[in-house]
Amino acid sequence: MPDKPQGAPQIKVNRWRRFADWDERPLRLDKFAVEDASAGFAAFSSPNDPKPGLEIEDGKVKSMDGIAAVDFDMIDLFIATHHLDLEVAPEAMAIPSHEIARMLVDMNVPRAKLVRLAHGMTPAKLAEVVAELNALEIAFAYSKMRARHTPGNQGHVTNAKDDPLQLAADAATAVAFGFDEIETTMRVARNAWSNAVACAVGAAVGRWGTLFQCSSEEAEELQIGMAGFTSYAETVSVYGTERAFIDGDDTPWSKAFLSTAYASRGIKMRCTSGAGSELLMGFHESKSLLYLEARCLCLQRGMGVQGTQNGGIDGAPVTCTVPGGVRELMAENLLAVWLDLECASGNDARPTESEIRVGAKILPYLIAGSDLICSGFGSILKYDNSFNPSLMNGEELEDFLVLQRDFEADGGLTPVGETEILDLRSRAVQAIAAVFEELNLGKPTADMMASVVAASGSEETQSYLPGDVSFISEAIKQRRINVIDVIKALAKRGYRTEAQNLLNVVKLRVTGDYLQTSAIVRNGRIISAVNDPNEYLGPGTGYRVSKERREQLVNIRDVLDRDEVLRSEGRHAKAESRLIQYRTMGAAEPGSDPREVVIGISPAFGLKIFRTLGGHPLSSILDALISGIRAKGCRPRIVRLRHTADTSFLGLSAARLAGSGVGIGIQAKGTAVIHQHDRLPHHNLELFSNAPITKLEHYRRMGENAAAYALSETPEPVVVPTKGEAMGARFHAQVALIYAIETSLTEDGAAPENIEIRLAEVMQ
Amino acid sequence: MTDKHLTTTDYPLAEKRPDLVRTRSGKMLEHLTLEALEAGAVALEDLRITPEALRQQAAIARAAGRPTLGRNFGRAAELVDVPQDVILGIYELLRPGRAKGKADLLDAAHLLRRTYKAEQMASFIEEAAEVYERRGLFSKRF
Repeated sequence: MPDKPQGAPQIKVNRWRRFADWDERPLRLDKFAVEDASAGFAAFSSPNDPKPGLEIEDGKVKSMDGIAAVDFDMIDLFIATHHLDLEVAPEAMAIPSHEIARMLVDMNVPRAKLVRLAHGMTPAKLAEVVAELNALEIAFAYSKMRARHTPGNQGHVTNAKDDPLQLAADAATAVAFGFDEIETTMRVARNAWSNAVACAVGAAVGRWGTLFQCSSEEAEELQIGMAGFTSYAETVSVYGTERAFIDGDDTPWSKAFLSTAYASRGIKMRCTSGAGSELLMGFHESKSLLYLEARCLCLQRGMGVQGTQNGGIDGAPVTCTVPGGVRELMAENLLAVWLDLECASGNDARPTESEIRVGAKILPYLIAGSDLICSGFGSILKYDNSFNPSLMNGEELEDFLVLQRDFEADGGLTPVGETEILDLRSRAVQAIAAVFEELNLGKPTADMMASVVAASGSEETQSYLPGDVSFISEAIKQRRINVIDVIKALAKRGYRTEAQNLLNVVKLRVTGDYLQTSAIVRNGRIISAVNDPNEYLGPGTGYRVSKERREQLVNIRDVLDRDEVLRSEGRHAKAESRLIQYRTMGAAEPGSDPREVVIGISPAFGLKIFRTLGGHPLSSILDALISGIRAKGCRPRIVRLRHTADTSFLGLSAARLAGSGVGIGIQAKGTAVIHQHDRLPHHNLELFSNAPITKLEHYRRMGENAAAYALSETPEPVVVPTKGEAMGARFHAQVALIYAIETSLTEDGAAPENIEIRLAEVMQ
Repeated sequence: MTDKHLTTTDYPLAEKRPDLVRTRSGKMLEHLTLEALEAGAVALEDLRITPEALRQQAAIARAAGRPTLGRNFGRAAELVDVPQDVILGIYELLRPGRAKGKADLLDAAHLLRRTYKAEQMASFIEEAAEVYERRGLFSKRF
């Protein structure tokens, strides 16, 4: 503490109230954890992480990352047997980690070269390399290393009632917004079959090609896939410690077998892993999150799966409590793509209540691109998300669309208009209702359907409840209804386009083209890392937003242009013409009456622009100013200034014409100033700079104060209170367009004109 | 076998090499129409992947520098004809603590090899049997 000054009054305050303000922020609902490697709370490194190393003898691994082969656990054994390429390993392990880290961010080093090296690297080595990179370098390396050229996105489609009508409508909606994959799950496990049919039908509305999965119990999920309703799976979880794996009731071999089983059924499959799962399961071995995930990813490459869903999936929230946790999630996604796996890059379970942390989390992925930016963007409202709320949700979908526009970055989604959405939702509920009727599964009423089409979420629907759905779901399962039955039902009832769309998706499995790494369907064609590989080699290469795609991305709703502003002013013009008449009375000369206050109006005032940004008719503004001036016994004179539209100069010119030397300058948009003839242009007496929140009462008081200055009084300045609104964001596009109209009417050297106004009686 | 010579330029097969594609019942892709389906000439069986398709995809994966993915497709080709209940039974047996001992897994491997000619899959399960024994995964869990 500094020395105590003598005689200072004692201040008895026990808290700076800003901390109380901060307590109320959504951020403070997030909990943060102390870094503690022994308890598993360490993102990038732990004293318990092994040092990278590999010994090979007689073509066999003798030790890996400091562990002798005889002491390998089942994960080490699997990695040593199936992941490590012993031809490449001696070369790859010999390169210093910082050198490889530099290669990852060197645009001149091709992706393929780095992928080859990764085949010969151990988990500890891979983790050590990416730990060298800062967050920006990780994002850049991710953009360079991701497998497929074209970015994509995946969405959740679920609801709190398992209502099949809503699932169909929301699936069609998600497809329209451009999701390449949609994923459902249930509130009630036995509703899986109903969810599957509803989403499969909904996803066939509008266009074809969105892949679909129904996340469910392993055996049932495979059966639903065999019945043809789903086209991919990603519920095959793997873990980075042996104990967590066993606790998850699997082994690398059982999960590899299941992966192979999916391929044998022609179903696209990726594994799930990600930081924090071992921590949540209590078997973290005091290892860092990154090292454990490096093990998971080597395991997955060894299993021969085409891809992964990682980036802290269910473990993302706990990972984000740790220092560097968000950077770690980025690093583990980088490991996945470096190992040449398709990456559905997390941005899934919502790890924060802070919208700022949400935006910061998504941005690197949006600008870097990813095979599937979210491994579950909540296309529905948060409360309808049966997986749990996502990082981004139905509530925030437009924010994401705007971020795409801001950064001219392709996040896989496309704005869709209101009419189109309504048509698609209607068509989807009609299609699923037709299928239900045709297959004797139910007969939804028109009211049920209408409530779903209009509903933003299930709280607004009068439709099926989970209990009703159980009967439908059990019937589908018991009667062994498969996708052929559904396609036939659609076709029979006249939904031939949807029938064909659904058939197209099922047909994908005949060739298995979509089993290759990072495969999705775009415009009726399979694109994957095989025929659409990312070959980034610096500016001008890699994925670029095309002219056509850019047009889609920027086409958000409700954008202003000059014509729109003029049209809107045109509507107000008519109303104003009944309330006020302006008459030009010739050149304005300086006045001599010491009680005269001049109101200098701008060139477009009442001619092209008729309302302030605050929505007040200009007739009311003039009435308020005049009333204020008269209330103090002064005399207003209105002058139109035509040489300038700038507020300060409007005010100063008005003041110079006024007999009192005091004038008010006002722009048509409502920005106003009180000026005095002998002041510097930007050194005014009072200024209303925030026109949108300036009320008639303020203008009246401005009139009074101008009069008071004219009478040499010193009035209390009028302060327009602001709540900190982002005025620029709300109004500057409009301001710029309106101001351009004002400036287009200015004329160099144009003389001021006296204006006589007549206000209609209703105003008085 | 044609698939030995497939490269990444043959991909996607549906687009580049539809001549190579046949369904289980010998139909070509162009025969899998909505009209045929309505007429009952296309069944779910026709919309299944084939061992040949998986071997072709394995060749493409290898050509694209993805040997482990290729091996997985190779194993999958062997499982196409294995019935669902057998697959789910073996998956269950591979979960920790399900098999009572090494012999259970070796029996499963034998079944795959003998009945379904699933040589690579059988070897994979034999490898699991070794590891499970070494890591004590046969112990009964409750």
